Amino acid sequence: MSWGAIYAQLGGVNKHSTSLGKIWLSVLFIFRISILVIAAETVWGDEQSDFTCNTQQPGCKNVCYDHFFPVSHIRFWCLQLIFVSTPALLVAMHVAYRKRNVKKGLLANRSGSAKVDDLESLKKRRLPITGPLWWTYTCSLFFRLIFEAGFMYALYYVYDGFQMARLVKCEQWPCPNKVDCFISRPTEKTVFTIFMVGSSAICIVLNVAELSYLIVKALLRCSERTKRRRTFVHQDKMSTEKALLQNEKNTRLPSSASDSSTNKTL
Amino acid sequence: MNWASFYAVISGVNRHSTGIGRIWLSVLFIFRIMVLVVAAESVWGDEKAHFICNTQQPGCNSVCYDHFFPISHIRLWALQLIMVSTPALLVAMHIAHRRHIDKKLYRQAGRTSPKDLEQIKTQKMKITGGLWWTYMISLLFRVLFESAFMYLFYMIYPGYKMFRLVKCDSYPCPNIVDCFVSRPTEKTVFTIFMLAVSGICILLNIAEIIFLVARATSRHLNNSKDSAVGAWISQKLFSF
Repeated sequence: MSWGAIYAQLGGVNKHSTSLGKIWLSVLFIFRISILVIAAETVWGDEQSDFTCNTQQPGCKNVCYDHFFPVSHIRFWCLQLIFVSTPALLVAMHVAYRKRNVKKGLLANRSGSAKVDDLESLKKRRLPITGPLWWTYTCSLFFRLIFEAGFMYALYYVYDGFQMARLVKCEQWPCPNKVDCFISRPTEKTVFTIFMVGSSAICIVLNVAELSYLIVKALLRCSERTKRRRTFVHQDKMSTEKALLQNEKNTRLPSSASDSSTNKTL
Repeated sequence: MNWASFYAVISGVNRHSTGIGRIWLSVLFIFRIMVLVVAAESVWGDEKAHFICNTQQPGCNSVCYDHFFPISHIRLWALQLIMVSTPALLVAMHIAHRRHIDKKLYRQAGRTSPKDLEQIKTQKMKITGGLWWTYMISLLFRVLFESAFMYLFYMIYPGYKMFRLVKCDSYPCPNIVDCFVSRPTEKTVFTIFMLAVSGICILLNIAEIIFLVARATSRHLNNSKDSAVGAWISQKLFSF
């Protein structure tokens, strides 16, 4: 299980996403997962070994490191990326379930080569985001937003902002009094933290835009349906009124015809 | 997720690029990404571990390293390569959008056989109309990102040269302390190499922009009423 496997899974979901969803996926892979693996992991690689405290007291360095870095940034981002990618699997499961039902129907009704062609086209077909799938997709977007915002807030809360200090003062036991401890590569870490937070913010904006787009599209679809129903009912009404008028005309016609015939005979 | 999968994503765009675009992509992968991964990462691998200051003061090493190397060369190049490759995805998205529209038109015309759909997938798109603008914008962004990173490099590491010795007096170092950088000459060589290749990539991108503009102009002139003038101008342009 690695980033490659997640990439393979999510790439499959890509087919059934909206265009904004596809852009979100590209931003996720190129600017977040790629940067995390290629660059950030090497920057944080020596974070504990190069965390130096100005003391000879054994154990002080460990205790101070643990106090100032309860969870490393890298682990935070890995968890965030995993949590944020997971709701897309809900959508994948729903699509697979729908396709299975359609497959069952096809297998029952048709036979021969037509069946094979239909099954093949079913595999490649892109399902429209309507009905229960719309609700699943919207829920997955909502969860994505909650996880992104939640992790960003957690990072801000645990590290008191997004900046990494060069020097921290530590007075945990067994450190004698107050001890200066120096963090390795603080500027580089600040740069990458701001980069990852920025990418996270862009992803939040894309998710909000996608959510609004889906809601607006659903509302438009709803209003079109009610408009169509109203014109149908109106047409129905019009046709029954026309029919009644025609009936009246028809009833009048034979009486006039019979009058003329009697006149003739007379 | 690594450079190999990145290569797979970007080289998909290769098919729809011009000849110069393909050369640019090869230069990018062979002379920049490969050199970065195979050579440069091992040169800079021990940059912090072997950055030694002439003091016993704990923390002085870390602070001086952070002062003189706010962001490592390797990370800057990795960021540069990722940012420079990303505009190609704009082109890939536009092509995917065009293919989607082609598929719809085919379906409306009743041509839904697998052969027709395969033909849409393998067809090479001509760089005309909206796609021409997308391609031009992606080229402009590439040139912009390349230049911006080269300038950033110059700002952070003036002169592009790596020194053997730097003098540091940040707290907690006592007074001024001599600090020694590991492998300075090798780092200078690789820095100049990567800069030169970056410069070549900028030139290739500018050449591609000029080529596309010239081609579009000649196409426009050939289509216009005064085709004799168009033929003369396009003959002059391509006689170089």
